[in-house]
Amino acid sequence: MYTPHTPQEIEEMLSFIGIKSIEELFKRVPEKYRFPDLNLPEGLSEMEIAAELNEIAAANANSDEFISFLGAGAYNHYIPSVVDAILSRGEFYTAYTPYQPEVSQGTLQAIFEYQSLMVELTGMDVSNASHYDGATAAAEAANLAYHNFRGKRKKVLVARSVNPEYRETIRTYMYGLEDVQVLGDEPLESGKDEIEKLLEMIDKETAVVIVQYPDFFGRIKDYTNIVEKAHEFGALVTFVFNPTALGILKPPGAFGADIAVGDGQPLGIPLSFGGPYLGIFTVKDKFVRKLAGRLVGETVDEAGNRAFVLTLTAREQHIRREKSTSNICTNQGLMALASAVYLSVLGKTGFKQVANLCYQKAHYAAEQISKLPGFELAFPDDPFFHEFVIKTPKSVSEINLHLESHWILGGYDLRQAYPDMENQMLIAVTEKISKEDIDDFVAALEEVTND
Amino acid sequence: MTEKTIYELSQPGRKGFLFPASDVPTTPLPAGFERESINLPELSELDVIRHFTNLSHLNHSVDGGFYPLGSCTMKYNPKINEVAVRLPGFTQTHPYQPIVSVQGNLYLMYQLQEWLQEISGFYKVSLTPAAGAHGELVGALIIKKYHETNNNTKRVKILIPDSAHGTNPATSSMSGFEVAPLPSDSRGNVDLEVLKLHCDETLAGLMLTNPNTLGLFDENVVEVIEMVHEAGGLVYGDGANLNALLGIVRPGDLGFDILHFNLHKTFATPHGGGGPGSGPVGVSEELAKFLPGPIVDIIDEGDEENPPFYGFSIPEKSIGRMKAFYGHFGVIIKAFTYIAMHGPEGLRDISEKAVLNANYLMKKVKEDYHLPYDRTCMHEFVVEGAWKDIPSVHALDISKRLMDYGFHPPTNYFPLIVHEALMIEPTETESKQTLDAFADAMKAIAQEARENPEMLNKAPYSTPIRRSDEVKAARDLILCCWTPDKI
Repeated sequence: MYTPHTPQEIEEMLSFIGIKSIEELFKRVPEKYRFPDLNLPEGLSEMEIAAELNEIAAANANSDEFISFLGAGAYNHYIPSVVDAILSRGEFYTAYTPYQPEVSQGTLQAIFEYQSLMVELTGMDVSNASHYDGATAAAEAANLAYHNFRGKRKKVLVARSVNPEYRETIRTYMYGLEDVQVLGDEPLESGKDEIEKLLEMIDKETAVVIVQYPDFFGRIKDYTNIVEKAHEFGALVTFVFNPTALGILKPPGAFGADIAVGDGQPLGIPLSFGGPYLGIFTVKDKFVRKLAGRLVGETVDEAGNRAFVLTLTAREQHIRREKSTSNICTNQGLMALASAVYLSVLGKTGFKQVANLCYQKAHYAAEQISKLPGFELAFPDDPFFHEFVIKTPKSVSEINLHLESHWILGGYDLRQAYPDMENQMLIAVTEKISKEDIDDFVAALEEVTND
Repeated sequence: MTEKTIYELSQPGRKGFLFPASDVPTTPLPAGFERESINLPELSELDVIRHFTNLSHLNHSVDGGFYPLGSCTMKYNPKINEVAVRLPGFTQTHPYQPIVSVQGNLYLMYQLQEWLQEISGFYKVSLTPAAGAHGELVGALIIKKYHETNNNTKRVKILIPDSAHGTNPATSSMSGFEVAPLPSDSRGNVDLEVLKLHCDETLAGLMLTNPNTLGLFDENVVEVIEMVHEAGGLVYGDGANLNALLGIVRPGDLGFDILHFNLHKTFATPHGGGGPGSGPVGVSEELAKFLPGPIVDIIDEGDEENPPFYGFSIPEKSIGRMKAFYGHFGVIIKAFTYIAMHGPEGLRDISEKAVLNANYLMKKVKEDYHLPYDRTCMHEFVVEGAWKDIPSVHALDISKRLMDYGFHPPTNYFPLIVHEALMIEPTETESKQTLDAFADAMKAIAQEARENPEMLNKAPYSTPIRRSDEVKAARDLILCCWTPDKI
């Protein structure tokens, strides 16, 4: 389809090589298996596939047609046009990893700026060039902690209020390491506080404590005690954060986190059914040499001009091979660029504004819903950011089915990941939701109770 | 030619974007958590566009020029893929929407799973891994779980040829295996004698790249795989070089147990300046139960009037989740589009032309550069970027000088088994004229090396920056636009 060879050129090339047919190039492939007939549909023209793709995409219901209150790790934010204008530049998206700095300053400087923005956002000292997503970044944080203690500390403590899919990913990554136990996220005994439970569990065997801020239920918790106790026992603390929240909330660095990771999807990356997103990975200075993944540093070229290069590559797999602590090779270059453009155009005021809008609208929604008979806030005493849990009078699936008839996508059914949280819905509200949308949502919920 | 950073361009009080004012009553922020300030840059929309556009001009890209980076398959990235991925029906679907409302997405993912299975000869594919190295980790964890399920705890050794990518050994140690390097023989194949010595009860598996990083198809691949199988091990295929094999041979037919695909290489979803990639993994029937989920399955076959109904499933003994949600869906759309447009004949054409281009260019380049493994190559080849009689010129100098001729350098100093390696992969989308121009540049540089070697040591001359001081970068460690305040 995209091969440019004319029949005459093919003849010239074959004759230069000294063979008669292209088939001769494949003599080393066992004859028995050579040139299989692939049972695939015949190739389509661009016109045909464009029509088919439109049809496939139209078979989905998209969030532009619905009012959506789904979050739980992926958020429906507005993306300024500027972001895609930059991401659509072939100079960025058809380049590879910037191994050759002389012809890759664009990508390198963009990543350097991304690193700077992440350092500012999180209050940490160093950001790498990114990981695959929030879940893998959390798993790599546990991996860093494990190697930090040379495999001698075997406990990874994870709060139950950390995103369930992140916890699963951490477990998969830890499966490869010797005798590591991932603990702390067992169901809580009734009346017991999660932070108290974690505090009791921290000991000399603990490599890292992983908490989420705001947590999976949207709550803003004060983890100061956890940080203090972990540090007392020499353990590390990782914050999993939501970047939008950091527009108005104190950053992980201010709480003394050693590692702060998060998913950068809210920073200008479309929902796209779960990916590709952006794994933000930041640490305190002392862990810079233990950090997995790429890092861009500033230096000078021979003429004395500022230049950017990949640095500390001696940590990485292509140099250290089996002695490296992670195999990560790429980053999410284009997604990191998206977030850098997003934060640059929103700037100091715009970013604070979007965070505040999310906060205000979520609080209005929570207040209105909790006034409805049969509905109540699951955690009425905890402050929250832009997500909150509502106890519902009927099953969440039943309510959501009703909401769909009003072109509303209801919240996340917590029973999916927390079997003990029946009839509880996690509701996310972003700046894209208007007061009118919330009022419609509340009215539709009210109908459910009247049924 | 340098561009100021966004922080240097920032002007206090300047704004680039405004949201609508709040339309709800105000709730005060929670006490004790309020952030005092956030020092983001302050730029206009034009400032932002001009800054990043200027930065883009400093990059070499496939759209801008030839990019013969070995093992990276820098082929043309079709523009229809970019249109496809931006359809609102795709971009605006939330991963937790009810499955009835995302049947289009699930159909597309199911088709891609089926197509990758057919192309590679594997029983089942999981699309969840985020990149090649991530797919490798899946493979290694499956090998671990397979032996564990068979109560075979002694199998701790993974064999890795000395020509392998660095990710292979790194992946193995991340999965708790011991790594044993496997030498190549004089023809660039796995050394069968050494392999035989390793085939014992401690063998967990072999990670094999075929064609290997020398661009050579292992002449004994079937025998190698049989030996490992007879010893009780599994064979993992690194799919980095699959661009040579589409419609040529199916790794599953050769006996591989596991393989990862690099959708960003073989199936032309772009590299994005270093990601996002996508690294689906295919396995044999015996290993399907270990795959990471969620995998798309048909839940209801449907009938003449109703299409099949798709949903997710998690394999019975899955190694577990590899990331949040379902893989890099945006990248998956592009690979789907690419395969749909090619069909069986188009796919075979890709590999045929990729191999034709590589052999044509190899014959031209070897006139001036030593080719240590001189036989028909697949989609890439490796020459030495140095001459015994010109000791001051290295592969690095040749690489840098190529930039002055408008080309991206080949992969250099890899594979490690070739002295001063230059690894060249032209891909199928390059024309004979481009290959000729590149070969001419290589010839001219060989000439320059003889006549003026000092000039090469300082190349490049025409790029946005000159050679940079990497030692200083690692020593001074400036990783951010300013020195962060210590908290």
